[in-house]
Formats: sequence, C-alpha cells, structure tokens
Amino acid sequence: MQNDILFEAQNSVCTFGHGKKLVKAVDDVSFNIKDGEIVSLVGGSGCGKSVLAKMMLGLHHPTSGTFTYKGAPITDYNVHWREVQAVFQDPFSCFNQFFTIRSQLKAAFGIYKEKPSNSEMEERVDQALLAVNVKPSELEGKYPFELSGGQMQRMLLARIFVLKPKVLIADEPTSMVDACVRANILDYLMKLKQELSMTIVFITHDIGLAYYVSDRLFIMHKGKIVEQGAPDDVTLRPKSEHTIQLLEDIPEIHKEWIKR
Amino acid sequence: MAIFEVDKLSLHYLTRFGQKIHAVTDVSFTMEQGEILGIAGESGCGKSTLVNGLMGLFIPPLYPTSGDVRVGGESLMNRSPEDVRANILSRKVSMIPQGAFNALNPTRKVKDIAADVMAAHIKGVDKKQIYERLKERFDLFGMDTNKVLNSHPIQLTAGERQRSVIGISTLLNPQMVIADEPTSALDVTTQKVVIKMIFDLLEKGIFSTMIFITHELPLLRHVANNIAIMYAGEIVEKGTAEQVVFDPRHPYTKALMGAMLSAEPGQKQRKPTAIEGAPPNLANPITGCRFAERCPQAKPECKQNKQEIRIVGDRQVRCDYAE
Repeated sequence: MQNDILFEAQNSVCTFGHGKKLVKAVDDVSFNIKDGEIVSLVGGSGCGKSVLAKMMLGLHHPTSGTFTYKGAPITDYNVHWREVQAVFQDPFSCFNQFFTIRSQLKAAFGIYKEKPSNSEMEERVDQALLAVNVKPSELEGKYPFELSGGQMQRMLLARIFVLKPKVLIADEPTSMVDACVRANILDYLMKLKQELSMTIVFITHDIGLAYYVSDRLFIMHKGKIVEQGAPDDVTLRPKSEHTIQLLEDIPEIHKEWIKR
Repeated sequence: MAIFEVDKLSLHYLTRFGQKIHAVTDVSFTMEQGEILGIAGESGCGKSTLVNGLMGLFIPPLYPTSGDVRVGGESLMNRSPEDVRANILSRKVSMIPQGAFNALNPTRKVKDIAADVMAAHIKGVDKKQIYERLKERFDLFGMDTNKVLNSHPIQLTAGERQRSVIGISTLLNPQMVIADEPTSALDVTTQKVVIKMIFDLLEKGIFSTMIFITHELPLLRHVANNIAIMYAGEIVEKGTAEQVVFDPRHPYTKALMGAMLSAEPGQKQRKPTAIEGAPPNLANPITGCRFAERCPQAKPECKQNKQEIRIVGDRQVRCDYAE
C-alpha cells in the first residue's frame, strides 16, 4: 500500500481574474503525492503554495489540466473532507469565538453522515486532547480567546487527532508560533505520521523546517514547481536559483547572513 | 550616558474579577546610544507587555506596579495616555508593530496615514510640505516611492507594507525604536529585505538605538549586539549576542537553543527538542525559580529559593546553579 498515489496533478493550471488582470497562481504543475509520505511545499509568499493546498482540499479547481485524488477529480468536498483535512496558519480565525473549544472539537464529527454516539465522541475528544498534551479538565468551559496562540495551534492539531483523516494539509502551521511551540508541533506532526501513518503535505516558507520534516521537497516560485527531490539533494545540491535564494535567506546561526 | 534606563519595572494586568496577573516582574536594563538589544522568549512570556511598559503607554487593564523607565533622563511613568501619545510616541520612543496589516488603516492611502503622524506632532506645516518630506524619507527605503505613497495598504505586498510601517514609525527620528516582532509574519526572503532596510536606516542615522523583539534566536544573533532572554515575565539571562547564542548559561536559554532547528547539511538527525510543560500561571504568587518545573537541572530547593540576577562569566544570569 506504500506506493499508492493519492494526489496526482498533470499540467494543472489555476488562474484568477481575466484579461489584463489574469494571475496564474498555479502554472503548469505536475507532480504526485504517494500514500504515507511527507511532502513539503516551499516558497516565498505569493508563490502559489496556498492555492495548491486549496486545490488539494477541493476549494479551488484547476482551470486546465487535471488534478485528481485517488484517480478521480475532487467534486464533492463534503465527502472529500472525510479523508483530507487541513491545519491553517492562524488558529484564532479557525475557531468560532462564541462557542467553547470542546464543543467545537465535538462539532468536527459533523462531517460524517452518521455521528458516533455522544459518549464515544466525548471519549475521542478526550483522547485527542491527551495526544497533544492538554488535560481535558483544563479545557473545561474555555473559549478560544482564553488560550494562547501555541495552545490554540495545538487545539487545531487536536481536531486532526479527533478526525484521524488520511491526508493532512498543514498550511504554515508553525509560522505564528515561537520556536519552542514549533518544536512541539513538529513532534505532533511526526506522531501523526508514525501512529496513524498519515500523509502530510507541509507548506512553509522556511526551507530549514521543510528539510527537517519531509521525505520530499517541492520548491515553488511564481506558480511553478522549480525543483523537487529528496531533502538532502535539494539542500546540498540545489539546482534552481530560487532554491539557492531560499537557502541563503535563512538567518543561520553559524554563517554570515547580512552585513551591517 | 545611558540613553534608556529601565529600573526594576513590574507591570500587571487587572482582570475584571479583580485578579492581578503579574506579566512583567523586576525588569532592569540600561541601553547606550547605538546599542541594539534583542529580547527573546516564548510567546506569553511578557515581551509585548514589556513593550507597552517601555513606552509608558498604560491602557487599562495594564497597570504599572512599580519601577521606572527613563529616556534621556526623563521619566515616562505616571502620564495619561493622551500625554504619552502627544509627547512621547514617535519622538522619544517609537514602536514598530507586529502585524503591518493591522497597523495601517485600510481605507486611507499610505501618504495620508503618514501625513497624520507629522501633522499631529509638527505644528504649522501645510500638506504640500508634508508630502515633500514624506517623499524624501520614503526614497531612502528602496521602494517605488510614488507607488507606495499613493496606494492603499491592500494594494501593497507584505514586505512593502512592513517597510511603510517602519517608515512611518521612524518619521520623526525617534531616540529609541522598539520593534515588536517586525518580521515574524513575513517569509524568509522578505524578512531579509526588511532587516536590510532597518540596517540602512541605522547607517543613515535616522535612529540609532533599538530594542528588537523576536522569538527567533538565530535572527537575533545577526541583528542584535546584546540579547536578553525572558521567561515568565523575568529576564533570565542577558549578555552579548555571541555569549547568549553560542555559550548559554541559564538552563532555559540552553533549552531554547535546543528547540531551534537548522537546514545545515547533515543536521537532520539533530532533532529540535521542545521544552516539556508550560510556563507558570502568573496570576498566582510564585516563590521559587519560575523555570524550576520544567528545568532539567532543577534541584529540590529551586522551588523555594527566589533566584536573583548574578554575574556569571561576564553576563547576567538568574540562576543560582548556572556556571
């Protein structure tokens, strides 16, 4: 089962606007993502990585070319989302401010046609909270604004532990949190992969982060995938100038980064 | 002479239930002209609260508990928010906020937002003069000046927006600039551009003294001369950038360095290790060391003994057992 292809894109193009204002957000992209691997999409802001993520979620459709999940185009996202779930950058905009977090974690079961029984739902929420090192009792009656950013990001991941989807699309899950929480979240992503053998599409602008988590790297620039390959190949022997640029721009501790 | 002095500053938030949350406790440091001080620490450790305190801007529910902040010898404490806005912000102390998008009014053009700042602080200049001075200033930033000034914030890229915000913050040549995570919402390439611009401004003498707040220690090593590490409202270690980054002494700084990761070849095995547990609840009184719960080297007495700043190897460390 290891080599089953989940996502396959062939010459996919996704455009916005028309005429003079036409923007090719994703431009002639071909790739495939296999079951059980962690793929990172790396690129600067505006390079089209989030659009590609939304295409994987079925929120955008290719303007031309094909984009398939398990061999079929994504049509009904209500069904699609039972297998593919996402974690976004800003956890505060992902939760409703007016409901407790616990009730919202429970509401995640709404994507199924038939919800499990109430006690089973409660139990699965408890387990998910324990999986991200939060005591369920601490969260009793808490609203999103009462938690810190790192805790909220963990609640988003708890939602993934609740639903246990096949594919997780992580759209810059660590860009709003500090280094300590980032290490924490990476640990949980690894846990998801190891325990649930989940396929993870990790989106980031930090090639260092991508290098650490992924099995395969896609470097994007202006809608195109300019380089792809194993992390060691891409970071040690970069071929594209955009990859070199990305590598240079990380403020590495041991190298000369910027002159004063 | 020290241009910026912070003397045992403590700040607290007052919740609606009358509970005091001591977000910043006993912070003291002085800064010389031309110094760049980096402050690092995890989220919720009081960095942003400290920024408000350093500007003397106390908007309820934030209140000063004790201590003093002086810019060029003049105290910023015990002033009304109106007084602070009129006499201190932009001129003495200026802040570069975190999210550029939230800092700019989306319904107005960049030049109008900037003109407001000048008009509020300089009496008797007409609009034409203001626009000319703005153009002069924005020419320094290496952007398409006309385009940026005549755009609404939404028409600009994130990098241009952040650079405009920095430009507006430093319009009146403040003595002190406090940058509160100016690059944390940007990608690495844009981040470099913004840092370059800050260095440009320093070189041109627009401002000279800066506090740079971030949680990226590798970035601070390149930006700051001195680094202070904060934990749970206290400064736990302060030294030069090289000392803190390459030779940390406080257990928390060591753990923080362990949580960093790098793309250096062959480093894939070096896994970043998260610090287990959570910081203490600052609403409760804390007697002993604040890091004791999570500290790998904690001794039983750490939970009782309050740790004081002491000098270890040329830097300040708040740990009795650091060596």
